[in-house]
Amino acid sequence: MQNQLLAIVLLPLIAAVFTGLLGGKLAREWAHRITILAVGVACLLSIDIAIDQLLDEAQPLNYNLYTWAQLGSFSLNIGFLIDDLTASMMAVVTFVSLMVHVYTIGYMKDDPGYQRFFSYISLFTFAMLTLVMSNNFLQLFFGWEAVGLVSYLLIGFWYKKPTAIFANLKAFLVNRVGDFGFLLGIACVYLVFGTLDYAEVFQQIAAGYKDLQIPVTSELAWSATTFMCIGLFIGAMGKSAQVPLHVWLPDSMEGPTPISALIHAATMVTAGVFMVARMSPLFEQSEIALNFILIIGGTTALFMGFLGVIQNDIKRVVAYSTLSQLGYMVVALGASAYSVAIFHLLTHAFFKALLFLGAGSVIIAMHHEQDMRKMGNLKKYMPITYITMLIGSLALIGTPLFSGFYSKDAIIEAVHFSQLSAASYAYICVLVGVFFTALYSFRLFFMVFHTEERMDDETKSHLKETPAVVWMPLVALAIPSVIVGYFLAPSILSGEYFDGAITVAENHNTLAPIVEHYQHPFSLALSSYAHWPLWLAILGVLTAYVFVVMKPNLANNFKKILGPINHVLENNYYFDKIYINYFSAGGVGLGNKFWQWIDVAIIDGVMVNGTAKLMAGISARVRKVQSGYLYHYVFVMVFGLLVLLGWLYWRALNG
Amino acid sequence: MIGLSDYLLLSAILFAISVAGIIINRKNVITLLMCIELMLLAVNTNFIAFSHFLQDSAGQVFVFFILTVAAAEAAIGLAIIVVLFRNRATIDVDEINQLKG
Amino acid sequence: MTFQVIVFYSFAAWVIFSALMVVTSKNSVKAALFLVLTFASASAIWLLLEAEFLALSLIVVYVGAVMVLLLFVVMMMDIDYAALRQGFVNKLPLAIITSLAFFALLYYFITHGEFGAVNYAQPEPKGADYSNIKELGRVLYTDYVIAFEAAAVILLVAIIAAIALTFRGRKHRKAQVISKQLQANKRNRLKIVSMKPSKSEEFVEDNDEQQDGLNDNKGEER
Repeated sequence: MQNQLLAIVLLPLIAAVFTGLLGGKLAREWAHRITILAVGVACLLSIDIAIDQLLDEAQPLNYNLYTWAQLGSFSLNIGFLIDDLTASMMAVVTFVSLMVHVYTIGYMKDDPGYQRFFSYISLFTFAMLTLVMSNNFLQLFFGWEAVGLVSYLLIGFWYKKPTAIFANLKAFLVNRVGDFGFLLGIACVYLVFGTLDYAEVFQQIAAGYKDLQIPVTSELAWSATTFMCIGLFIGAMGKSAQVPLHVWLPDSMEGPTPISALIHAATMVTAGVFMVARMSPLFEQSEIALNFILIIGGTTALFMGFLGVIQNDIKRVVAYSTLSQLGYMVVALGASAYSVAIFHLLTHAFFKALLFLGAGSVIIAMHHEQDMRKMGNLKKYMPITYITMLIGSLALIGTPLFSGFYSKDAIIEAVHFSQLSAASYAYICVLVGVFFTALYSFRLFFMVFHTEERMDDETKSHLKETPAVVWMPLVALAIPSVIVGYFLAPSILSGEYFDGAITVAENHNTLAPIVEHYQHPFSLALSSYAHWPLWLAILGVLTAYVFVVMKPNLANNFKKILGPINHVLENNYYFDKIYINYFSAGGVGLGNKFWQWIDVAIIDGVMVNGTAKLMAGISARVRKVQSGYLYHYVFVMVFGLLVLLGWLYWRALNG
Repeated sequence: MIGLSDYLLLSAILFAISVAGIIINRKNVITLLMCIELMLLAVNTNFIAFSHFLQDSAGQVFVFFILTVAAAEAAIGLAIIVVLFRNRATIDVDEINQLKG
Repeated sequence: MTFQVIVFYSFAAWVIFSALMVVTSKNSVKAALFLVLTFASASAIWLLLEAEFLALSLIVVYVGAVMVLLLFVVMMMDIDYAALRQGFVNKLPLAIITSLAFFALLYYFITHGEFGAVNYAQPEPKGADYSNIKELGRVLYTDYVIAFEAAAVILLVAIIAAIALTFRGRKHRKAQVISKQLQANKRNRLKIVSMKPSKSEEFVEDNDEQQDGLNDNKGEER
């Protein structure tokens, strides 16, 4: 078992290193063969472990592999914790990674950095697995940073493009801001519990622990647990792109589409959600933190949905869709429905990766044209892509019986039942968000695959379905998008699925009412007509149809009427402007001022050049003592003799 | 009667005069050497006086050696001046400053 | 007023006077001669102090050898006396101050130290058969023999140094310098130069055309 786990983690790493160092020297085929072999084996082993944990109800496995350092009684270990949650994540990560690897063979066929790309995505798989399989905060942080690093490398894959470089730096820096909060959270964990090991921390929580009070102002003091949870959640905000640390995700579309699918849809951005779910015993202790999570998640879910409606780049639409769905997952976390959040994570991984890869397929066929206004009626030319994108979109908007329906509706119901103070705000956000989700998804769908053809003739003549390596992963991802929800819903909703891995306090248990009423997924689907989400989704689809297919000019009229709102939306709520012009420019300006004052003036001027000039000046004066004149020397000797005699006599007389 | 202090005073006057001479005579290196001989004379007188009043021959032995060394030093000093004069054609101390820093 | 007192004061006056003249003379020869006078007077004072050998050796060594040497050198130098007279006055204050400082220091110490007749009584004058040389010799060759040998070495070194500094060697020496002969090599002595050969038609057998080569224009070709 241990060897299996080691193999899962290390095979992608070895493949990445091998391809990275030697890829240039071998033929291109070997780059993808080695990495796909490694990730494929890792995928099979992960599925095997998942079957063990989930279906065969094996015991969770928690052991320390290696003690990295020992600081007195505090030891830093590398270890694995495999339970239901981890096993599910492992299976998803490796499977989606494998799909992306296969897809990349077709997508990056002509790219000069072919081997580098495979190396990077294998490296990413390793980092994500380390994050997911870790059993202590430090390893989690290592994996956290590593995925951030690989994300940086991959977004800036085409490093000669200035926009790509801007985007990857933005991603890394915004992530870093989140990581700062994360580190503070981890430090708080150590402060309160004295250990960084998950098992020990959870044990201490279950047994009752002494909470510290940290003063906020002179009268107000918050418990350390709140700080801890908020700190950890800030890390999740950075990684999972919640408002206000969401600005990097749309720009990250500068990277190639496969990584948009892998990292920014299915795996890396879900690391934050995973982390909060893993820390569920901890988050249950602080209602302030849960309220905070609800507010942030709800805001993200709704406002990012608004932005998705006005985008013209096909990948941007899917990116804002990702942001919005991440908001949903986070809202579920806030409502203490951790298992549902993970459920949505799993289903979202499938259909969002599908949507991204489908968009990529469209882009390949259109010769890397990404503007939707130049597409249309691709249904005729790319049937397989058409069908899979349709399945993905239906899953996304929450059509009954598709996987998205179960997870999304469960979230909405859970928030509805939550007793926390921010829950009502979050409920309105997620509910309205359903309408906008349907609106932008089907706006994309209709603009690309229906309506009249707006592309130029040159592209039209080359338009055909993409090769098999490209549409096979689409099909492979479409299948789970349909069926995963149906089969997993009962066990997840009732809490058996993640039994033991996720702890929910009694007063926060929001899933119980859902499970009470609906035991079977089919009945859940049938009863959907009684709830708002289905009707809002249908309304959204119809609105999209009207605006895109029937009366395209209506959109322009609307734009004129809602001018100011449109302006705000187009500038991404001015987040970018504020960050770049105030925070970044302020930081750079401050650094510049410091450089001028301290570095140039004080250190270079006074200390370095100043001492040199001082030495030069002193020596220029002292040099004159060596006049070369004999009588000067004699006089100095005589004078010295005088002084010496005087001093001796003085001492003799007074001593 | 002539006491020790009289002899010492004489030697002190000689020493002071020679110090003045060193400082005054910048133009003539040979006069400088002569003033140094004067200084040595003053010191020798001092020794002889003490030797006499303390009835110890060590003072006179010391003068003996000082005489020897002074003679040697005068000889070598003059040789240096001769060579210096050959190269510079001047014995003005003010102009011999090639070793300045 | 004993004989001793008169002798002491008169010779002391001579010493001081001639020392002052040494210092202030512009003429080096005069300065040297005044130095001779100083030594002579000092020698007389040493006689008072019953250091006969040293007093006489002062005359013999200092006056006889060192001052003569000094006069030799003064005579040998071609000194421009006019130039030497400048710049005397502006250093005088400094000299006076320094020397007065020294003198004041020494005076203070002599008078306030215990050098009076109380601590240092006038010793008994020695008998007529007292031989200073004998006494000096006895001490020199037993107690201070190492210093004596060292003094001898110093004199040897002085001789060698004086010669090494000034000896330039005889000019136009015809003796062979073997080291220079051995250092000669092909690179320093031989230089191969390539020259264009002269044309062979010039060398004709006619007597008419054989001139002295001064006026024809074939000189450049040769």
